[in-house]
Amino acid sequence: MRSYLLHRLWQSAVTLVLATIVVFLGVRALPGDPALAFAGEERDPASLAAIRERLGLNDSLVVQYGKFVLGALRGDLGTSTRTGIPVSTMIGTGLPVTIELSLLALLVAIVLGVTTGVVAAVRRGRPAEWFANALALLGLSVPNFWLGLIAILYLAVGLGLFPASGFVPFGEDPVANLHHLVLPALVLGTGIAAIVMRQTRSAMLESLGADYIRTARAKGASPRAVIGRHALRNSLVVVVTVVGLQLGILISGAVVTERIFGLPGFGKMTIDAVFQRDYPVIQGVVLVTAAAYILINFLVDVAYSLIDPRIRVAGGQS
Amino acid sequence: MTAQGEPVLTVRDLRVTFRTDDGPVSAVDSVSFDVRPGEVLAVVGESGCGKSVTAMSIAGLLPPSATVTGSVRLRDQELVGAPEPTLRRVRGAEVAYVFQEPMTSLNPVFTVGSQITETLRIHQKLSRKQALARAVELLALVGIPSPASRVGAYPHQFSGGMRQRVMIAMALACDPAVLVADEPTTALDVTVQAAVLDLLRDLGTRLGTAIVLITHDLGVVADIADRVLVMYAGRVVETGPTQELFDAPRHHYTLGLLGAVPTAGRRAAGGRLQEIPGLVPVLHEQPDACTFAERCPAADEQCRAGAPALEPRDTDPTTHRAACWHPADALLTKGR
Ligand SMILES: Nc1ncnc2c1ncn2[C@@H]1O[C@H](COP(=O)(O)OP(=O)(O)OP(=O)(O)O)[C@@H](O)[C@H]1O
Ligand SMILES: [Mg+2]
Repeated sequence: MRSYLLHRLWQSAVTLVLATIVVFLGVRALPGDPALAFAGEERDPASLAAIRERLGLNDSLVVQYGKFVLGALRGDLGTSTRTGIPVSTMIGTGLPVTIELSLLALLVAIVLGVTTGVVAAVRRGRPAEWFANALALLGLSVPNFWLGLIAILYLAVGLGLFPASGFVPFGEDPVANLHHLVLPALVLGTGIAAIVMRQTRSAMLESLGADYIRTARAKGASPRAVIGRHALRNSLVVVVTVVGLQLGILISGAVVTERIFGLPGFGKMTIDAVFQRDYPVIQGVVLVTAAAYILINFLVDVAYSLIDPRIRVAGGQS
Repeated sequence: MTAQGEPVLTVRDLRVTFRTDDGPVSAVDSVSFDVRPGEVLAVVGESGCGKSVTAMSIAGLLPPSATVTGSVRLRDQELVGAPEPTLRRVRGAEVAYVFQEPMTSLNPVFTVGSQITETLRIHQKLSRKQALARAVELLALVGIPSPASRVGAYPHQFSGGMRQRVMIAMALACDPAVLVADEPTTALDVTVQAAVLDLLRDLGTRLGTAIVLITHDLGVVADIADRVLVMYAGRVVETGPTQELFDAPRHHYTLGLLGAVPTAGRRAAGGRLQEIPGLVPVLHEQPDACTFAERCPAADEQCRAGAPALEPRDTDPTTHRAACWHPADALLTKGR
């Protein structure tokens, strides 16, 4: 187990280093002169040169990369060319909002997806399965933004159950914070819930047909233990994989959802930065996203090895 | 013989029909047998004869598409038609199972210890600690080396034979009255088959467990069974004490299985069933005829016109009975 985790940790570190290189070169490869963007209205060559010097653009790429990495390690990702606020400060305010939204959406996706998936598998061929399947189809085919708009229209504006937009930090007022995030989390979570449901259903059908289920029944285990303990535990490997694979959707979905509900998160920051060609912010945002992705993948692998003992051994031997 | 006293399990006129998309399938038809404490009853027959269906119907483990009639009595308790909660109390505690595939019959994500303690804790009021201690004892009982450390291992960390020992430990956890072993050694290496069978036989005798052993392997039958039940197309075609049945098989199907004239203890070619031309039919309805007639060398009009009853030889009635209009021993006598 430990050697497996060390192995995965090492892999993650290498991936992270590669990610910093890609981010660094990617931003340099963008069309347009950062100095020009930074200078704004100022076009006089002398001040442009001064800006280049100040931004370190005259150094060789290697030196620039070294400075970028050292800065990033100290938490210094430069300053926004638009607002002059340090990028790390901007990320520090935006990221928690996105993380909270994503976690809540994931919670919605897992609770909704796993329960309907299990029900669909256990009640195979009965009305409950039809209902669960219809729900999944709906979740898959309805786009996020449309669901968001409908939710705002009916649940927020129409019935006034939830605020239509805005955000209150958790530290200020936890209840209001959650109240503001219920709709966005539901909207973002349902699409993923549908995918989780379908995978859970097929994994459960497979597990329920397995020999160890017959063994469990032959022991005198209750249906609840047979389904919830023996079959579900084996299906969780699939669920974790699916959730891991959906993280991309979660991140891009968060961007759209934040936009719709006016949440001051990472997504909104990213869109603004791209529209304003705010290179340091783009660079910081991409780097943090990549790091988050790598971290989450690592956590998914840890979850795997906790669920399925066979993976621990396989990893330990490699 | 090690069998003593009254039967613990009495099966009478058991019939199982499956509802399928192609209409009903009759899998088991009027099967009757008894098993006594400490006795090993072998159920033999080709693939599809209804051996597993018979086994699963004992503790009501068949899928909902099965209709079971007749009687399965565990001492004084009727199990056919008993409610689920009653059956759940019987399963694992009084009637335990060992299945063919030790690779897949254990749950890969739980330690063997937790799978054994699960059985214990379903049926007995034991603390986690007591159950674990008992699990270690059970692993020792079935011959797993250093059981105290192996109790925390996962199934994939055991060899096939060791896994089957774990399955046996799990089955014996609550000291069941009846152990149903459905081809327990078929998936194992030949070298470990004997060891696992000896273990079963030995534990059955020592603990007084009645064993219903389902097998393809006539060598196994000769070695450890007290009595044999030969099944064909859902019916019992011959039954009797092992020695007698091997010495003087009466049904032509049994004869075919044994291949020529066998002697008890001598394994038919490689211990495997002999090939009999033809296949076991899948029956939608049990015909009023001998189901083996199509493949039987001695079949005539009588065989196709009525189903023979399972009867002892008229000259000396014993527990050895066959369902055949033209029993092989009668032919032999005539021929001499
Ligand atoms: N769930 C089911 N639905 C329909 N038919 C079934 C079902 N289970 C078993 N059968 C049928 O019942 C008959 C007996 O099957 P069974 O599994 O008892 O055979 P078996 O003697 O155990 O064979 P094997 O040696 O291959 O294990 C077969 O014809 C099979 O097709
Ligand atoms: Mg079978």
